[in-house]
Amino acid sequence: MRKSLLLALLAAFGLAVTSGPTVAQTPGVTATEIKIGNTNPYSGPASAYGTIGKSLGAYFKKVNDEGGINGRKINYISYDDSYSPPKAVEMVRKLVEQDEVAALFQTLGTPTNTAIQKYVNQQKVPHLFVATGATKWNDPKNFPWTMGWQPNYQTEGRVYAAYIMKNFPDAKIGILYQNDDYGKDYRKGLHDGLGEAAKKMIVMEQTYEVTDPTIDSQIVNLKNSGANVFFNVTIPKFAVQAIKKAHDIGWKPAHFLNNVSSSLATVLKPAGLEASKGLITALYMKEITDPQWKNDKGFQDWVTWMKKYYPEGALDDQSNAFGYTAAQAMTQVLKQCGSDLSRENIMKQAANLKNVEFPLLLPGIKVNTSPTDHAPIEQEQLAKFDGERWVLFGELLEAVKK
Amino acid sequence: MPPRSWTFTVAGIGLAVALALPFFLSNFRLFQFSQVYIYAMALLGLNILTGYNGQISLGHGAFYAVGAYTTAIMIDQWNVPYGWTIPVAGLVCLVVGFLFGIPALRLEGLYLALATFALALAVPQILKYFEHWTGGSQGIVLSKPKAPWGLKLNPDQWLYFLCLGLLVLSFILASNLLRGRTGRAIVAIRDNPIAAQSMGVNTALYKSLTFGVSAAYTGVAGALSAVTVAYVAPDSFDVFRSITFLVGIVIGGLASVSGAIFGALFIQFVPNWAMDISKAAPWAIYGVFLIGFMYAMPRGIAGSIRLATVRWLRRRAEPRGSSGGSPR
Repeated sequence: MRKSLLLALLAAFGLAVTSGPTVAQTPGVTATEIKIGNTNPYSGPASAYGTIGKSLGAYFKKVNDEGGINGRKINYISYDDSYSPPKAVEMVRKLVEQDEVAALFQTLGTPTNTAIQKYVNQQKVPHLFVATGATKWNDPKNFPWTMGWQPNYQTEGRVYAAYIMKNFPDAKIGILYQNDDYGKDYRKGLHDGLGEAAKKMIVMEQTYEVTDPTIDSQIVNLKNSGANVFFNVTIPKFAVQAIKKAHDIGWKPAHFLNNVSSSLATVLKPAGLEASKGLITALYMKEITDPQWKNDKGFQDWVTWMKKYYPEGALDDQSNAFGYTAAQAMTQVLKQCGSDLSRENIMKQAANLKNVEFPLLLPGIKVNTSPTDHAPIEQEQLAKFDGERWVLFGELLEAVKK
Repeated sequence: MPPRSWTFTVAGIGLAVALALPFFLSNFRLFQFSQVYIYAMALLGLNILTGYNGQISLGHGAFYAVGAYTTAIMIDQWNVPYGWTIPVAGLVCLVVGFLFGIPALRLEGLYLALATFALALAVPQILKYFEHWTGGSQGIVLSKPKAPWGLKLNPDQWLYFLCLGLLVLSFILASNLLRGRTGRAIVAIRDNPIAAQSMGVNTALYKSLTFGVSAAYTGVAGALSAVTVAYVAPDSFDVFRSITFLVGIVIGGLASVSGAIFGALFIQFVPNWAMDISKAAPWAIYGVFLIGFMYAMPRGIAGSIRLATVRWLRRRAEPRGSSGGSPR
C-alpha cells in the first residue's frame, strides 16, 4: 500500500516538473487552435458597442467553418469589461495569465485600453487593432506591442487640413473643439496638417466642456470672427446644436464635421436635414445604410454573412460592419504568420501589412503597417451631405505626414 | 452565542490560509484576492454605517473614488510614495464623510438613500470636470510598486500581503470599535434613536462620526485599489459600484464584521461565474444567484453561519436523557 503511494507521488512529481515550461514558447497555440482574447462592454454605459465583440466572434466562426487558418481553428475568448478600467485590467490579466491567449484583439474603449496598455507591453502580448480612435495607440517606440485600427483623430484632422490647403488656400478657419483629449487630438491634427500656414489661417478657436448646457455663444463668436471655414469637433449632442445655430444665424462656412458625429440618425436628422446640407466629413468605410452600395459585392457578402452567422445583429448598425472588417484584418495577420504563431511573429506580421484591401473599406483604401507605423488605416475620403445622404467626392486623401 | 474563542480559532485558520495562498496561486489569482480584500475593507466601512448604524448609503462609491483619486493625484502630481498616500486618503475621506454626515442628519431611511444616490451619480462627472487634477476622462496611469525593503516578492505578492495586512488591521479596529461603548451607542441609535438620546447618547455627533469613519474605511480601500490596478478613471466609479457595495453587505450579512469577507467574495467572483455560465445574459444569471442567496440565507452568509452555529450548540447542550432512554 505504502509503496504504490510513494510511486504515485513520484510519478505525479515527475509529471509536474516536466510539464512546466512547454507553454511558454507559443502561448495560446496548439496544433489545432489559436486562442485570441478580447474584452468588450457587453454591459454598462457603452453596451451598445458590445455588438462589435459579438460580430468578431461571428466572423471567426465563418473562418473556422471554411477550414480555419492553415489548419487551425480560432478559439475566440471575449470577456465583459462593462467599460470599467479595473474590470478590463482583471479580464485582460485573466486572458493573458490564465487563458494564455496568443494575442489580444480589438479591446474596446480609450480608458479601458489605457488601463491595460502598460501591462500588455510589459508582458509582450500583441495588443492589436484596438477599437478606439485616440492617436496615442500609434506609438511603437514606447509601446511596441500596441496597434490602433481606425483612422485616428489626428489623421482625420490632417486630412481636412490637406483638403483646405488645396481648395481654400485663403481660408479663415474657425475651430470649435471639446476641451479634453479627444478634442485636442483633432485640433492637433489640423494644426499639424496646416503646418506653417496654421498661424495665418486659423482666426479663432473656441472650446466647450462636455458638461456645458449649450455652445450657442461659441458659434456666434466664430461667425463674428469672419471665419469662412469651420472645423467642428463636437460629440453628437453638441454637433446638433452647432449645426442648428449656424443655420439659424445665417452663417454658411465650409463646414467640416468630425467623423465621430457623422451619423444620419443621431446628428443630421435632429439638426435638420436642410441645415445639414453641405456638411463635409471624412469616411473610411462604406456606410451600410447608403443605397449606393446596394449592388456592391462587398456589401452583399456582408449581408449574407450577417444572416448566416450573426442573425440577431442589426443590419443597419455600422458597428457590425466595423467588427466584420477588423476581424478580416486579424485573419489576414494570422494567415501571414504561416506556421510561426509565436507572439513575436504575430506582432511582426501585424506590423507588416502591405497594401491590403478589405471589401467594406472605401474603394482604394489600402491598409499599411510597419514597425514605425502602427496606424493601419490612414486614408479617408471626404463626403458631402446632400440633404439625404453622404455623397463621396474627390479622391482618397492621405494624411499629410510631418 | 458561540464562545469568542471559536471566533478567534476560525479567524486564525482563515488568516493562516490567506498567508499561505501566495505560494500556491498564480499572480492573476493573487490580484483577484487582493481585490477581494479591498472590497472587504470597503464593505466593512459601509456595514458600519448601514448595518450597525442604520443609515442607508447608496453612495459609498463616491468615498471609494475620493480615496482612489487622493492617492492617484498625490502620486502623479507630487510624487508622494504610495505608502504615505494611504493614510492621507483615509483622513481625507474621514473629513469628507463627516462633512456629508452633518446635513445627512436631517434625512432618514429612504430619503438619505436618495441623497447618497445623488452623490454617487455626481461623482464621475465631477471627476471629469476637474480635469487638471484628475486627468478628466483619460484618468491617471500609475506604476505598480515593487516590494520594498528588498523582500523577495513580486509586485502581485507584495500587494496581496499589503491588502491582507491592512484588512486584518481594519477588522481589529472595527471589532474593537463596535464591541465597546461606541459600538453600543451606534447600534442603539439604529434600533431606537429616541431611547438612545434619552440615555444621553449624542445622536447627532455619533451619526456624523460614524459617517466619517465609514467613509474612511471605504476611502482606504479606494486608495489601495488605485495602487493595485495602477489606474484610475471616472468610469471606474459609477453608480453601479455603489449599488454593488450595498449588494455586498446584504449578501455578506448586515451588522457583521465577518460578513464583509463573504460579501467581498460574492461581488468579486459571482459575476465571473455568471459569465462562465452564460455568455448571452450574464447579469441575468447574477440576478439568479442573488435571489438564490437571499432566499437560502435571508440574514446574509454571516448571519446564516451564526444561526447554524447557535442551533448546533443548542442541540449539543440538550441533556442526553431527552434523546435516548433515561439510564436504567
